[in-house]
Amino acid sequence: MNIVVLVKQVPDSGSERKLDPSDNTVARATADNVINEMDEYAIEEALTVKEAQGGEVTVLTVGPDTATDAIRKALSMGADKAVHVSDPAIHGACAPQTSAIIAAALSQLDYDLVLCGAESTDGQVSVMPALLSERLGIPQLSGARKLTIEGSMAKIERQTDGGYWEVEAPLPAIVSTWDTINEPRYPSFKGIMAAKKKPVETKTLADLGIDPGTVGLATATSKVLEFAGRPPKGEGVKVADEGDGAEKLVGYLAAQKIV
Amino acid sequence: MAEVLVLAELNPAAGGPRKTTLEALTAARALGEPAAVVIGAPGTAAGIKDVLAEYGAAKVYVAESEDVDAYLVAPKAEVLAQLVTDKQPAAVVIPSSPEGKEVAGRLAIKTGSGFLTDVTEIAADGTATQVAFAGATIVHSQVTVGTPIYTLRGNSVTPEPAPAAGAEEAVPVVISEAAKQTRVLDRVVEQKSNRPELTEASIVVSGGRGVASAENFSVIEGLADSLGAAVGASRAAVDSGFYPHSFQVGQTGKTVSPQLYIAVGISGAIQHRAGMQTSKTIVAVNKDPEAPIFELADFGVVGDLNTVVPAATEQITARK
Repeated sequence: MNIVVLVKQVPDSGSERKLDPSDNTVARATADNVINEMDEYAIEEALTVKEAQGGEVTVLTVGPDTATDAIRKALSMGADKAVHVSDPAIHGACAPQTSAIIAAALSQLDYDLVLCGAESTDGQVSVMPALLSERLGIPQLSGARKLTIEGSMAKIERQTDGGYWEVEAPLPAIVSTWDTINEPRYPSFKGIMAAKKKPVETKTLADLGIDPGTVGLATATSKVLEFAGRPPKGEGVKVADEGDGAEKLVGYLAAQKIV
Repeated sequence: MAEVLVLAELNPAAGGPRKTTLEALTAARALGEPAAVVIGAPGTAAGIKDVLAEYGAAKVYVAESEDVDAYLVAPKAEVLAQLVTDKQPAAVVIPSSPEGKEVAGRLAIKTGSGFLTDVTEIAADGTATQVAFAGATIVHSQVTVGTPIYTLRGNSVTPEPAPAAGAEEAVPVVISEAAKQTRVLDRVVEQKSNRPELTEASIVVSGGRGVASAENFSVIEGLADSLGAAVGASRAAVDSGFYPHSFQVGQTGKTVSPQLYIAVGISGAIQHRAGMQTSKTIVAVNKDPEAPIFELADFGVVGDLNTVVPAATEQITARK
């Protein structure tokens, strides 16, 4: 069972995140960059499947040179090797373009299963499995809280409002995972040391056979025209409960014509 | 006037379209004449056609087939892509559920178009408003290629009736083998509740770590029920096992934008703010006066939730 895990480096959602006013793209160079949290669950799931079935886990990322940190994290958890697609022409690519790049990179790999996080904390578009399914013709099994591989079939519990759908598809398939699926392992010291020696192959758009003129900010299928910080909220009212907290709260709701 | 396709999102439990569909029909009017698209098992359209017309659907395209329900996402995208080719609409508007976003993404690839997800507003020139980075940044974006596709975030637009003809037109459904790979075997409902859907509710009452136990979430539920509200939970509460994950508000959970959000025993970490910052009015109850949630709150009570919340519930109930 050869597995490819898609990993994305994102600005830390716990720190200040910004768009770059020069071109309205995510300011990645100045951000506190980390591996997308949800991807750690995909890596864990890949390692679990590998431990049960054998095979190899390859990490695939598209991103600037700094994304090597995210790759190292994945390798230190136990992934075997990595492919890093990096090319200045990718800067500002939209989701459909990014999916074309990932699809081209996947086509050069040998895989039975592709795993990714159910969303990235920066864009939160949450559609990469659907886009890759469309491009590669492999089935999407998205939003999993449980994954079971039985022979040539993959089955998931797709998390829904108030329950789940049981969904299955033949392999090779692309599965995205929520944080309800497992508890990601922490890299061991041994894992961290071993990661330094694991192979990371860097590929450019030319290596993938993609014309640089078809991706990136200039040809993106959507663009950010302008952005602004959310206007600060007016100063709220804060009262201390001195036995009258409930009364004041209900009084406020009544003044707002809510009760 | 140019036609704008609006994909109806159905609510099998209630038998009608979800409120998000009526919101999408309302938002679509900025771009042209809405035409609803109903894709579902045979018999789906009959019960919802009238309400779609009431909310502005000049036409109702009906694509009914067992196949569209039996497989995940891909069949709906195929039907919509065929309609885009045939009808050349000015735009497509889809409610922003996980499935809606996936349909939008597939449709974008099939039609060579751009798409924008979780938009909160669509202007007449096609410019969409989006909220980025946990609500901290407001973005205006445009699709630059093909037929613009938008997914509309729930509770961003108030549904307004605008009676239209609702002329039904049957659409032949031909689903390719490629779209029949991911089979839906079962749809399981684990939590049955009479409370409103979290993302649709006009009032949400959420509990956090301060609630202290699963049993004590009855305090949150009590306040919610007195207000006809949905119940939410912070990640800390969910991770502590106090409340199920499907009620989690914030990053890695649901994004809600109700008229009123009441945060109880929630400190207000940025990951929680990500899911509720755009709520119209925010009320917080927390015993820590320094809790960051108070920076967001229009009204805050510094106090013990176990005394304040039950007393408030009692007073609200008494006012009815």
